[in-house]
Amino acid sequence: MPCVREEYDICVVGAGHAGCEAALACARLGFQTIMFTVSVESIALMPCNPNIGGTSKGHLVREIDALGGQMGINIDKTFIQSKMLNVSKGPAVHSLRAQADKAEYSRRMRMTLENTDNLTIRQAEVTELMVEHGAVKGVKTFSGAMYFSKAVVLCTGTYLKSRCLYGDTVNYTGPNGLQSADCLSESLREHGIELFRFKTGTPARIDRRSVDFSKMQEQKGDERVVPFSFTTDPEEVQIDQASCWLTYTNLKTHEIIKDNLDRSPLYSGMIEGTGPRYCPSIEDKVVKFADKERHQVFIEPEGLYTNEMYVGGMSSSLPEDVQYQMYRSVAGLEHVKIVRNAYAIEYDCINPRQLYPSLEFKKIKGLFSGGQFNGSSGYEEAAAQGLVAGVNAAMSLKGKEPLVLDRSTSYIGVLIDDLVTKDNHEPYRMMTSRAEYRLLLRQDNADLRLTKIGYEIGLIDQKRYEGILEKERLIEQETERVQHVNIGANALVQKVLKEHKSTPLKTGTTLAELIRRPELSYESLAEIDEERPLLPADVAEQVNINIKYDGYIRRQLKQVKEFKKLEKKKLPEHFDYNQVNSLRIEAKQKLNLCQPVNVGQASRISGVSPADISVLLVYLEQMNRKNSED
Amino acid sequence: MATETIAAIATGMTNAGIGIVRISGEESFPIIDQIYRSRNGRTKLSESPSHTVHYGYICDGEKVIDEVMILILKAPNTYTMEDTVEIDCHGGALVLKRVLETVLKYGARPAEPGEFTKRAFLNGRIDLTQAESVIDVINAQNDFALESSLHQLQGTVKEKIKGIRGAVLHEIAFIESALDDPEHISIDGYGEELMKQVDALAFQIKDLLQCSENGALLKEGIHTVIIGKPNVGKSSLMNALTGRDRAIVTEVAGTTRDILEDQINLNGITLNMTDTAGIHDTSDTVEKIGVEKAKSSLDQADLVIYVADSSSPLDQNDKRIFDLLKEKKVIVLLNKSDLQPVISEQDILSLAEKSNDPVLSISAKDGTGIKELEHVIRKMFFQGEISYNNEIVITNIRQKAALKEALDSLEMVKQSIQDQMPEDFYSIDLVNACDALGKITGESVGEDLVNEIFSKFCMGK
Repeated sequence: MPCVREEYDICVVGAGHAGCEAALACARLGFQTIMFTVSVESIALMPCNPNIGGTSKGHLVREIDALGGQMGINIDKTFIQSKMLNVSKGPAVHSLRAQADKAEYSRRMRMTLENTDNLTIRQAEVTELMVEHGAVKGVKTFSGAMYFSKAVVLCTGTYLKSRCLYGDTVNYTGPNGLQSADCLSESLREHGIELFRFKTGTPARIDRRSVDFSKMQEQKGDERVVPFSFTTDPEEVQIDQASCWLTYTNLKTHEIIKDNLDRSPLYSGMIEGTGPRYCPSIEDKVVKFADKERHQVFIEPEGLYTNEMYVGGMSSSLPEDVQYQMYRSVAGLEHVKIVRNAYAIEYDCINPRQLYPSLEFKKIKGLFSGGQFNGSSGYEEAAAQGLVAGVNAAMSLKGKEPLVLDRSTSYIGVLIDDLVTKDNHEPYRMMTSRAEYRLLLRQDNADLRLTKIGYEIGLIDQKRYEGILEKERLIEQETERVQHVNIGANALVQKVLKEHKSTPLKTGTTLAELIRRPELSYESLAEIDEERPLLPADVAEQVNINIKYDGYIRRQLKQVKEFKKLEKKKLPEHFDYNQVNSLRIEAKQKLNLCQPVNVGQASRISGVSPADISVLLVYLEQMNRKNSED
Repeated sequence: MATETIAAIATGMTNAGIGIVRISGEESFPIIDQIYRSRNGRTKLSESPSHTVHYGYICDGEKVIDEVMILILKAPNTYTMEDTVEIDCHGGALVLKRVLETVLKYGARPAEPGEFTKRAFLNGRIDLTQAESVIDVINAQNDFALESSLHQLQGTVKEKIKGIRGAVLHEIAFIESALDDPEHISIDGYGEELMKQVDALAFQIKDLLQCSENGALLKEGIHTVIIGKPNVGKSSLMNALTGRDRAIVTEVAGTTRDILEDQINLNGITLNMTDTAGIHDTSDTVEKIGVEKAKSSLDQADLVIYVADSSSPLDQNDKRIFDLLKEKKVIVLLNKSDLQPVISEQDILSLAEKSNDPVLSISAKDGTGIKELEHVIRKMFFQGEISYNNEIVITNIRQKAALKEALDSLEMVKQSIQDQMPEDFYSIDLVNACDALGKITGESVGEDLVNEIFSKFCMGK
């Protein structure tokens, strides 16, 4: 039977935050790329909260930007409020979070995609993966059309066999009533891919005109907004910002929820999927933290040209009538009108331990995946994986080494290593506590950490690359200078110290020593630093952090050095660990299952002990020597 | 490749002759320079030629630990192919331990099971044909370390360490949840509260370290089992040695139905005493369990004290017990010397088919002969016939090092609070403390922390 047959370099399945980054990366690296979506209107859709960034997620956006991704640029153009979180804490946990105009965000991203060379957008449901001799050959769509390619990137998000639930109402759709993809799961299973079933949820959207804001506290954005992208001119993001509003649940709300728990599909057993613990529904919160008298509720605008608002903190899968009662018990929401119900969504995703850290499937060459399909959660986590999966699809076509970021380089590295190494039983969310070298992985130095890598990949241009080299040079030079500036106990110095409520000097010291005092900084001591050169603000910021936290930074650098040793010891692919007799049985099983790429990754698998690692090291050395003897 | 510097006791823990503490790694020479003093005060051994021997003292600051001979071995002509120092100590088992602890204090870390051999292999010193035996050494020593680190850790100590670790983990989880969800959870001004908590935890760790000085973390010492038929006076002997009415002593045969354990100190030699139920054929199942346990504690015994009632004749049960003792160091006690004896030293030695075991007449009831028994044990120890279990001592030192590491980390947390560092800095050292304690309890921070955060703190959208 005649059907459409087309050929591309790379197919990207899905056009959410992972799919967008993947497709852009592939096309920008010069490959003919086709991106499939069940609905062109839903490109870069934000079906849950209206924010980009937040703690640790803000780091991810910065890193995506530093590598040449799109998310940071796109949110800088479409945000309506922005806040730097944790500013009273150390620089490592400062995190940027912006409220997005959802429709604008989506429209802007679509515009970018539509105007990218080498990129084709196609509305169609992908139903089948074509694989031959362990290598991917392309995809088939619902209509029977065949798209041949050398690599495929799967970014199906929450659409695989998805169903949305509240009370006993079930819709067999993806988020927002969009068409689900019901066939691809079967095809994946046929190719030996193991699937999980996860769930997540979202709160109701309400009509702004039905909210009494006088009973809530206004939450404004920062006075001086910091952009996400290192390429955005900071002056361009100083806009009039929209407000969010804070209110609380109360005992009555909790009572309504408790009285109706038996009608929740979660508690009645209708939902089989595993939900995330960090993003609990309001019914989970009320049950688990029964002693809390109230929970925060944030009312956030979904955009500038809509009256819809997001009820942050009250995601739910209770029946419609209970949702009305529950929301209307909250101060300011007494007469609220619901535009869209809260719901839980269940979907198929993979066990990400089937992937290499390059996000390529171990079993199928040329098949990559990213985003919620890999068992993560969140727009930013998705975009980060999408970018890496896209880049590595391109690298495999170029015959180059894949981009693998280790845990000491980035949150992206931590995210992917956790996904492909650890037992994951719920949608995975980034957290700063997951990054063991947090102090080095700051949002303020993402460019210094990653832009050179982005340049090597080919996503960062020459000018930006040279900018980073210059920035590095300035920071190094100034950090060095500050260590050697002697400060005497003169009248001006004492005056400046007094102004900052700092103890006066008894004897001379260095400028660096003064910067280390908690109440002082590089910037606040400008007056007593006569030789100070004129430097860009971002350089001054790095100098301040380098000096102030010197001792801690050095300790982490030492830990990283230790960590890198095991990361460098490569393990063979498709290796049968049963051959290594002296490993314990549990270790053999876990190692066979996970097939780690290096000894470092092996050491992070639960069930593999330090003694097993010693045995592995000896075994590897033995192999190396045998090979060199042959 | 730069590696950490490791140290361990490389010989048995006997008091017979000298013992060797071995150090390997980049820091070996800087460490020995800090703790070595020659007779005329020279310290710089690092400047000496390789493969030379030096006489002098190991000192911790002003305090002299032991008089020693030191062997300086420079890379690559050493067993591990790294800079190596060997310290020959003369002061006996306990001093050997203190020398190792001094080395650790100045920057080495305790060697992991089989680590010297592992390094020797990885650095190309050991031939490929020996690779399997290298792995065997690692596994054998590790199995022991695993077993001893958890099983031999005394119940209350284990619970205490777990408790401290749990408390540290809870603090980290609180800080982390506040950092991850600053709009829901506030930690403003938390430093002061944390300071109190960290102080209390540091105090508990210091307490444990104090215990470890007395060998109470792991039962370090000579594992001594008292055995014999029912009602020959084993429990009375135990009481006489420990000076406490610990075992139940009655006239009814078979009163000690379980194993009783105690630690006694004979002029610096620690004995872990295990009192067993009397062994004889029994139909009573409760007692049968006690008998099984007695047999299994014999397997681990370094020294066995066989008690016979000198006022009643030997029989098949005595013979049966002696059959279990063939491979053991045994002291035979003829108890109840206050009563009319019916058996002699000769009777019992011929029954035991052993000729060299010391035999003593005692009366546990009135204390006659106890001094002589102590003397015999001391003599056996100093002649090297019985010794401490090397691995237990090593494990103990490892655990002590881990406790100290945890304590140091808590001190750094206090420093960070005093320096008014931001709250996220507290968790850096709290995590280190938790990791150090986890080395003892066999837990790692990663998933534990995530679980603690989600179970204790309500966060999220």
